[in-house]
Amino acid sequence: MSRGKAHVYGKNVDTDVIIPARYLGATKAEELAAHCMEDIDSDFKNRVEKGDVIIAGFNFGCGSSREHAPMAIKASGVSCVVAASYARIFFRNSFNIGLPILICAEAAESAETGDFVSVDLAKGTIRNETKNETYQARPLPPFIMDMIKKGGLMAKIASEKEGGR
Amino acid sequence: MGMTMTQKILAKHSARESVEAGEFIEAALDGVLGNDITTPVAIDILEERGLGSIEAADKTILVMDHFVPNKDIRSAQNCQQVRSFARRHGIDKYYDVGDMGIEHCLLPEKGLVVSGDAVIGADSHTCTYGALGAFSTGVGSTDMAAAMATGKTWFHVPEAIRFELSGKLPKYVSGKDVILSIIGDIGVDGALYQSMEFGGEGMKSLSMADRFTIANMAIEAGAKNGIFEVDQAAMEYQEGRGKRTPEIFKADGDAVYARTIEIDLGEVEPVVAFPHLPSNIKRFGEFDKVAIDQVVIGSCTNGRLEDLRKAAGIMKGRKTAKGTRTIIIPGTQQIYLDALKEGIIEIFIEAGAVVSTPTCGPCLGGYMGILAKGERALSTTNRNFVGRMGHPESEVYLSSPEVAAASAVAGKISHPEEVAK
Repeated sequence: MSRGKAHVYGKNVDTDVIIPARYLGATKAEELAAHCMEDIDSDFKNRVEKGDVIIAGFNFGCGSSREHAPMAIKASGVSCVVAASYARIFFRNSFNIGLPILICAEAAESAETGDFVSVDLAKGTIRNETKNETYQARPLPPFIMDMIKKGGLMAKIASEKEGGR
Repeated sequence: MGMTMTQKILAKHSARESVEAGEFIEAALDGVLGNDITTPVAIDILEERGLGSIEAADKTILVMDHFVPNKDIRSAQNCQQVRSFARRHGIDKYYDVGDMGIEHCLLPEKGLVVSGDAVIGADSHTCTYGALGAFSTGVGSTDMAAAMATGKTWFHVPEAIRFELSGKLPKYVSGKDVILSIIGDIGVDGALYQSMEFGGEGMKSLSMADRFTIANMAIEAGAKNGIFEVDQAAMEYQEGRGKRTPEIFKADGDAVYARTIEIDLGEVEPVVAFPHLPSNIKRFGEFDKVAIDQVVIGSCTNGRLEDLRKAAGIMKGRKTAKGTRTIIIPGTQQIYLDALKEGIIEIFIEAGAVVSTPTCGPCLGGYMGILAKGERALSTTNRNFVGRMGHPESEVYLSSPEVAAASAVAGKISHPEEVAK
């Protein structure tokens, strides 16, 4: 279960605004987080707190394949992204690095920045406490939940290799 | 049930008779690509996990192209890290200053990707190789790391949109106009998770450069990949380039498509994508004067010899407008050399343009042509998102090389006919 303030964006949020290319010299998540969402929401990095949730419209994460984008979001403290739909590379990258993301168009329609939101990933429920509304996304399957708990695909592979020995 | 081209290639690489849209499969890969932005992250991931061995060293292709020759200390260190990784693991397909090119121009040119391949790359425009009838798609650094370590990856088998091409492109219209028009029609998520499969009689009139441009921008419609039928032109293109043999996969007659879109190439017009989405298409006549501070001709989308030749055809004997900085970037060393021998480079320089060595540079706002606040660029690249080429309050417009060249001469967005009378 994660709980925090919502940061709400429209559709087609691209990876160039999530982490602009001028910062791609950096490869460490913490350094990238210092510039997260900079070109679409310059105050995000000051407002964001651990546990917060990004809520957005269709095609979130479109554009470049840079894994720096979900890395920056995760390291900025965001516990979950909820969007109406995702661009495919971002979708895959997020699970691979252990950033939970849910698909739910209804949640994106009514949320406003600053609303308090709690998300139950295993159940797929998104509760907007401020608006007193609850939405249902498709819950994450156990193997994805396992990957997220372990911290991503490579952590999962490494732990399975150890377990198999 | 019949299979699409993409499904057939995926079935072959997962050692199965057939696959269906929606299935998850594990596929053996023919190529794993990374660049100087995404590979350092992949190396860190491998090293953090202590995964020292790279099973797919012979399939790994590393191209230093985004920020080379290095623009700053960080980019130099990133390339140094990749260079030393390649040496340590015996990765011989490592391309750096001197033999590099923009990755998606370079790999087909060197015959490193052939028809029928399954390739992933930690770069979203990896879908370019669909022009050769290969399945190729962009991934992130973690998938790249896992694929270097194992030579395999998992895929969700996509359904497809079939594009049935007929007719012939008119003068001053090219592959860029075709793909921008498609994106304008179906939207930036119009092919989300799907493959875009191109075929039909009209394909014959498309040069390989046109096809690379079209497949390259499949990602801009949200697609997993773009792929063309393999014809004689595609086979001739591959002759004598590499050691590997192309394999042709044809869609079954009863293949199932999510939808079929018919395109008469003769009806396609020159178009421009206005800020800040590639789907924000306007035709000439639909907009007023748009003055331009900078023109960029190049990139993985339009940095091939045919593209430069078309641009030079318009700029020959003319001057770029005062106040319109024009930057030409050949896609590879070979393209640069060929353009030099043809006299194309001379035409550009005499017109007042500058010519750079191959780099992704300005396309993603890296270097070699960054925009200041309020500036406007017309570019043959692939994205016009907020801040893509520099300041968040700058603007990028996308077009074909011919429109870009005409606009460089006129100093405002112009139809080639207006300039090349």
